Amino acid sequence: MGVPTLAVWKFASCDGCQLTLLDCEDELLTIASQVKIAHFVEASSEIQPGPYDVSLVEGSITTAADAERIRQVREMSRTLVTIGACATAGGVQALRNFADVREFTSVVYARPDYISALATSTPIAAHVDVDFELHGCPIDRRQLLEVITALLVGRKPNIPAHSVCFECKQRGNVCVVVAHGTPCLGPVTHAGCGALCPAHHRGCYGCFGPMETPNAGAQAGLLRGTGMDEADVRRAFRTFNAGAPAFIELSQVTTGPPPGLGPRDIPGRVTG
Amino acid sequence: MSHETDRTLTVRALARVEGEGAMHVRVRGGAVEDVRLEIYEPPRFFEALLRGRRHTEPPDITARICGICPVAYQMSACLAIEAACGIEVPDAVSDLRRLLYCGEWIESHALHIYLLHAPDFLGYASALDLAREGRGLVERGLALKKAGNAIMELVGGRAIHPVNVRVGGFYRAPVRTEMAPLAEKLHVALDLALDTVRWASGFEFPDFHHDHEMLALVTPGQYAIDRGTVASTGGLSFAPAQFEDYVIEEQVPHSTALHARLAGRGRYLTGPTARYTLSSQWLSPLARQAADAAGLGAECRNPFRSILVRAVEVVYAVEEALRLIERYEPPAPCYLEVPPRAAVGHGATEAPRGVLFHRYAIDADGLITSARIVPPTSQNQASIEDDLRRFVAARLDLDDQQLTWQCEQAIRNYDPCISCSAHFLDLTVDRG
Repeated sequence: MGVPTLAVWKFASCDGCQLTLLDCEDELLTIASQVKIAHFVEASSEIQPGPYDVSLVEGSITTAADAERIRQVREMSRTLVTIGACATAGGVQALRNFADVREFTSVVYARPDYISALATSTPIAAHVDVDFELHGCPIDRRQLLEVITALLVGRKPNIPAHSVCFECKQRGNVCVVVAHGTPCLGPVTHAGCGALCPAHHRGCYGCFGPMETPNAGAQAGLLRGTGMDEADVRRAFRTFNAGAPAFIELSQVTTGPPPGLGPRDIPGRVTG
Repeated sequence: MSHETDRTLTVRALARVEGEGAMHVRVRGGAVEDVRLEIYEPPRFFEALLRGRRHTEPPDITARICGICPVAYQMSACLAIEAACGIEVPDAVSDLRRLLYCGEWIESHALHIYLLHAPDFLGYASALDLAREGRGLVERGLALKKAGNAIMELVGGRAIHPVNVRVGGFYRAPVRTEMAPLAEKLHVALDLALDTVRWASGFEFPDFHHDHEMLALVTPGQYAIDRGTVASTGGLSFAPAQFEDYVIEEQVPHSTALHARLAGRGRYLTGPTARYTLSSQWLSPLARQAADAAGLGAECRNPFRSILVRAVEVVYAVEEALRLIERYEPPAPCYLEVPPRAAVGHGATEAPRGVLFHRYAIDADGLITSARIVPPTSQNQASIEDDLRRFVAARLDLDDQQLTWQCEQAIRNYDPCISCSAHFLDLTVDRG
């Protein structure tokens, strides 16, 4: 077998997730010696034609042209991995999904008629089959290295699906909710960052998107118990993973029992 | 294909820039007829989606405009909102912000110098190709970049989209003992930065100069990073709050790109060479010395030499970070509460690529009613196109491949961040 080829693609995004690859300062040159980086426009002006063994895809689909382009990328890629909140959930630009994109356009552009944008920002998996999704806004460097390593040796990436709470305990953080009454999305947020925000005395703001089995009622109770009103709860889930179905559901469950009162048995009321 | 009087040069996807852009140059009858730096990055509507958000949210939300310079967005957002709410943070908080910002300058400049720009001067397609023959060089660049990221991680909590910044200050102030290992890394980085200036000064720079009005923040006595008054080489001087009186965004008939221009004056340039030209006297002695040794004068009007200016700014940022660490005392408290009030606030800071302006209107409940963001690359677009026009006109004897390569390099001189400027979407319209 020859040297595997790697391609990096960008759709609507901030560049931060592909930058994470360049942020692997200690490993980048080793990676480059193990794989042929065949298509990475941000890093190289030399572009090799496909097909590619592995494609890393950053960004969401927001234009008709990009909806077509991702299909071409899929055809050219043996394994397609989406990286980051834009590619896996539509990103912060998916806030347009809850608004009128024509009105949005008129706010930013003097001549909205020149702008061609879809009414929604959607994840890559809404358009093509995706082999693996790596979450985060931005993705975590160590997790990216794990995914690349696993793909190179042909095993499944070891990316835990539990919540940020689990990482908080591992790290020995004091719980910001219990100790300070700080609102925190940690109980329903996918692990991966290493519980960064609680380590900085701040509540998790959900940039890694939903964990596998979030408890909507308990989370709503927790947030309301820290003093958030309904609009605050909705805003809390409508940020960088606003388009993730579980966060859409969580944003609509805005009342529930306070923590410590048997939240598992009492479903929250759907208000939105 | 050379020496033809009618030619079209097209680069469909500009490489080694942040974001998605294209270039079109059309020559008719032996004269440059049209030059376009196109930005086809899809718009993400940040100014629209910020409405209705809490006044505490813009640092986190606007960071997502750019993964390469998130701190710049966080800092301009904080200044604008604090100005609206009538809050001025204590010096200790400002110093910690400046330290964080130094980290971003180091990380972003090292990325551009080594991974995006140097391959042009050395004839490689990428730094990874360069590494095959000059691994040590690329390792030096990556080590320098890592030092910048070490500041971002300690002070900001994360290298990309830092979590520790809040309106009013920081969620957590690092303790002094955490700063000591960082200082050790930066002492090593200072040597790498000085080596970088020496190395880059040996590059061959095309003889090319522009006459753009240059605009940057200035803070007399100090090289401007995290605040300042707006000044220009044409003698303008105004507060960030007056930015929109001086800078207008014109819609040109053939394009949807909103090119920023100075009212009644025209195109201008912001970024490292503008900063250097307006503030080089405030560089630290070591950075000043490195600049002199590299042959940079009091001003820099050759955009190809911007790589030298970035290298000098890295020396300055490393030294400045060391100075701030040396006298560091954790601010206590590490943030001020910023109660909202109905008001408008403006903020401007020096992003690695130039002046980044934010304006927010907030209502009495603390909800944002309008937002405006003017990133550096959209300000520079008209000047980049002007450079290209003149650059091509003087090099029509080159064949298409060479000329296209040099034009791409001319664009990369400005380190355009297209992800940032994406709300200035440009569509191709043939003017022929």
